[in-house]
Amino acid sequence: MSFQPKIVGFLCNWCSYAGADLAGTSRIHYPPNVRVIRVMCSARIDPTFVLKALQEGADGVLICGCHPGDCHYTEGNYKAMRRFPLLKRMLASFGIEDARVRLEWVSASEGQRFADIVSEMTEKIRALGPSTIKAKLNTDRVER
Amino acid sequence: MTRKISIDPITRLEGHGKIEIFLNDDGSVHDTFFQIPELRGFERFVMGRPIEELPRIMTRICGVCPASHHMASAKAVDGCFGKEVPPLAHKLRDMYYHAHYIHSHIAHFYALAAPDFVCGPDADPAVRNILGVVAKVGLEIGGRVIKSRAQAQTIQLLLGGRTTHLVWCVPGGVTKGLTKEELEQIRPMVKDLFDFTQFSLALFKDVVLSNPGYVDLILNGPYTLDVQNMGLVDENNAPNFYDGHVRVVDFKGKEICKYAPENYADYIHEHVEPWSYLKFPYLRKRGWKGFVEGIDSSLYCATPLSRLNVADRMATPRAQEAYEEMFSILGEKPCRALMAAHWARLVEMVQNAEMLQRYCDDPEITGDRFRVVPKQITGEGVGIVEAMRGTLTHHYTCDKNGICTSANLIVGTTNNNAPIHMVTKKAAQYLIKPGQEPTEGILNMIEMAFRAFDPCYSCATHSLPGRMPLDVVIYKAGEFYRRFRRDGRSGSGPEPVGETTG
Amino acid sequence: MGTHKLQIALYWGAACGGCDVAVLDTNEFILDVAAVADIRLWPIAVDGKFRDIEQLPDRELDIAFFNGAVRNSENEQIAKLLREKSKLMVAVGSCAHLGGIPGLANLTTKDRILSTVYLHNPSIEPGNQTLPLTEWKTPAGDVHIPLFYRRVYRLKDVVEVDYFLPGCPPAPDQVKAAILVLVSGNLPPKGSVVGASDRAVCDDCRREKKEKKIKRFYRPWEIIQDPTQCLMDQGILCAGSATRSGCGVRCPNTGQGCRGCYGPLPNVLDQGAKFLSALTSIIDSKDPREIEQILNGIPDFAAIAYRFGVPASLLERDVRL
Repeated sequence: MSFQPKIVGFLCNWCSYAGADLAGTSRIHYPPNVRVIRVMCSARIDPTFVLKALQEGADGVLICGCHPGDCHYTEGNYKAMRRFPLLKRMLASFGIEDARVRLEWVSASEGQRFADIVSEMTEKIRALGPSTIKAKLNTDRVER
Repeated sequence: MTRKISIDPITRLEGHGKIEIFLNDDGSVHDTFFQIPELRGFERFVMGRPIEELPRIMTRICGVCPASHHMASAKAVDGCFGKEVPPLAHKLRDMYYHAHYIHSHIAHFYALAAPDFVCGPDADPAVRNILGVVAKVGLEIGGRVIKSRAQAQTIQLLLGGRTTHLVWCVPGGVTKGLTKEELEQIRPMVKDLFDFTQFSLALFKDVVLSNPGYVDLILNGPYTLDVQNMGLVDENNAPNFYDGHVRVVDFKGKEICKYAPENYADYIHEHVEPWSYLKFPYLRKRGWKGFVEGIDSSLYCATPLSRLNVADRMATPRAQEAYEEMFSILGEKPCRALMAAHWARLVEMVQNAEMLQRYCDDPEITGDRFRVVPKQITGEGVGIVEAMRGTLTHHYTCDKNGICTSANLIVGTTNNNAPIHMVTKKAAQYLIKPGQEPTEGILNMIEMAFRAFDPCYSCATHSLPGRMPLDVVIYKAGEFYRRFRRDGRSGSGPEPVGETTG
Repeated sequence: MGTHKLQIALYWGAACGGCDVAVLDTNEFILDVAAVADIRLWPIAVDGKFRDIEQLPDRELDIAFFNGAVRNSENEQIAKLLREKSKLMVAVGSCAHLGGIPGLANLTTKDRILSTVYLHNPSIEPGNQTLPLTEWKTPAGDVHIPLFYRRVYRLKDVVEVDYFLPGCPPAPDQVKAAILVLVSGNLPPKGSVVGASDRAVCDDCRREKKEKKIKRFYRPWEIIQDPTQCLMDQGILCAGSATRSGCGVRCPNTGQGCRGCYGPLPNVLDQGAKFLSALTSIIDSKDPREIEQILNGIPDFAAIAYRFGVPASLLERDVRL
């Protein structure tokens, strides 16, 4: 049994959660590795959530929001757009590979796109292997 | 079979260390090891940081002379930016640095050195501290010591905005200048500090030089080493703590080399031993020869005494008088008696105070051209200053975006690593007599060997309670043999605690 | 006879001595402390040795003040010894609280550190490819030095900590305030931060703050900052918005941005994440390419966001702590 990545997915309610829903109702096959957490807007994603997910053992984190210009709250996804690149640079300093954390724009009609993103991300992370963060941090078992 | 005595931790210095003494069966000293158990790795973890952040990071090497690291780092960073620094910025930095020296030298002399001389090297440890010093010299003097150090700290605060962990130096200069109001607050303090330097020299003569036992200890005790001397000098071969060339002179007075900071790598290398985390610098051209003294030794000291040993004169008149007096009484220059560093420290303070006075009288000191925006990143720089306890070198390289690609440091006390290791052994061999159990006082006198070097820190001159617990455990062939314990609270001398085996 | 004197210890892990100097910078106050307390261990100033502490009954010490990070086996060993022998354990300074500057080593590796310091270093004696070893046999006997750990830890990662006194170093007036609280008998809740406020540095900073719209971030040397205006308004990085106050705003008052030494505000899980949110919220752009270009003005964000707290980051600390 090959390694099954655990990916936490933060999906905004109006576009990307609906898009993921559509992938399901359209019977599109895609890997079951993303655990979806629905938020109202991609702006809700405090960078702390991403770090917390990684600390708790997630092998990857996916954030999905509405396409720029289509945000249900007008400007929310721009906040995510500004935070995310700096978060990626910061994660790189901590040794977190680029493929593990992604921000994607998925509209309510893009069921196939959602499925493709999840498939691609799952395979890339499968190739990278499990995240070493959780094991590293357990101060009981770690070899000093 | 060997017995081992551990002095752990060594105390009244900045940093961690321990001394292991191995005894032969007859009780004579077989060997000693002066081990430094700590490492943090600054040279590696600053790589990848923007080079202008290094002066703010490198101060954390030492919280007692952080300005030494800040200045050396700033000068290395200056080099990475084409050395575009207005002259006023250098003056302000130098002015700050003199105040920093005074605060540190006051602290070391009165809190760390004075107890061993004022109370006595083998005095009851319960009183062998600043409290005991104050008891002997009086509260008025104690109060004056506190006030003087506080004045030196205040001068630094007014000039550079912070005392511990300065953030003041940037590529292109410093972030704030000196206002006229600030200068007028500093001026009377400088006058007080100069008077205090004269008072301190007088006290030294009173307490140390008029005591034949101490003079004998300084000149004829085990605390001498025939190794070379290093210090930073200006174009007249007078000490300059902030800038200049590094001069190395052998213990007979002959100059071995004099190099500009950029060329340090041609002159100094470092040796590693597996039993200590601290490296051992030596003169590159002579090669590592081991822990040996002598005219061909590649080892050198870098202390206040070394600085005066390599100088031909002081930079200011009253300091010059004090320097001449010191060497005439010591009877030789260069002087190899390491304890004389305590005296040299006080002589240096006179120059610090006179230089502060000069800056106060400099009409340009309150100017506003203390910073420019540098126009180019040139990628490499070496900054050398005299830290209070030795020549300090910071060498950096950075890429075209000003991101640090390498950092090499040779830190003040590191220069003295081999000499301290060697003189500790000499002291142990001299003081531990076969057939006699070493007393607590003996062990303290072994510790006095490293204290002459003022290993890197400035402990404020405040009262400390005279509770000095001591425990010496003696092992025979790896098994417990005997324990001497002095309970800190009783204040009584060491006594065997009735646990002995075999 | 006489009142019981407090028994205290002050010790340092991977430290610089600045926190000990901060204690002494309380000037005359330390005399008051000495009048009511016996200092049983304080290597910078007092001649107490480890074995004196080892022989104490458990919890004999009233307070142990521990500054410095946990970098090697000796730091951990003495932290545990003091915890065992003390009623209260106080983490003093950024290193004990958050990991401190030594914590930056967690962004690299132990092997790289040892290599840079002892092996691939231009100053090392040619041919002397030697590393320090925890045990070494000499003709006279065996000598030992502590194990250099793979990572830097906070004090609370190895022992239970009762109080935290933050700062690099803690401001002397805060040290005094904290000591007074701790000896008062009126102790705050366990785990509290003492000697610092619950406000951000921005709240105490006297610079004028306006609405921020940043098209470009500047390195501290690229422009001459206006001392009356908020540094972030000028595009100069300052982590004050994500940092506890109590330091007296000493860095912005000297023309330099805050780097977060007093640690995160109350209830914040990750200081760097908070600064990231604050900083990106002022970027004046909706174009991804332009945003990337603006962010190019911030090299090495991780080491500004976590200058004093890499080991305290969510990515570096045990989930349970």
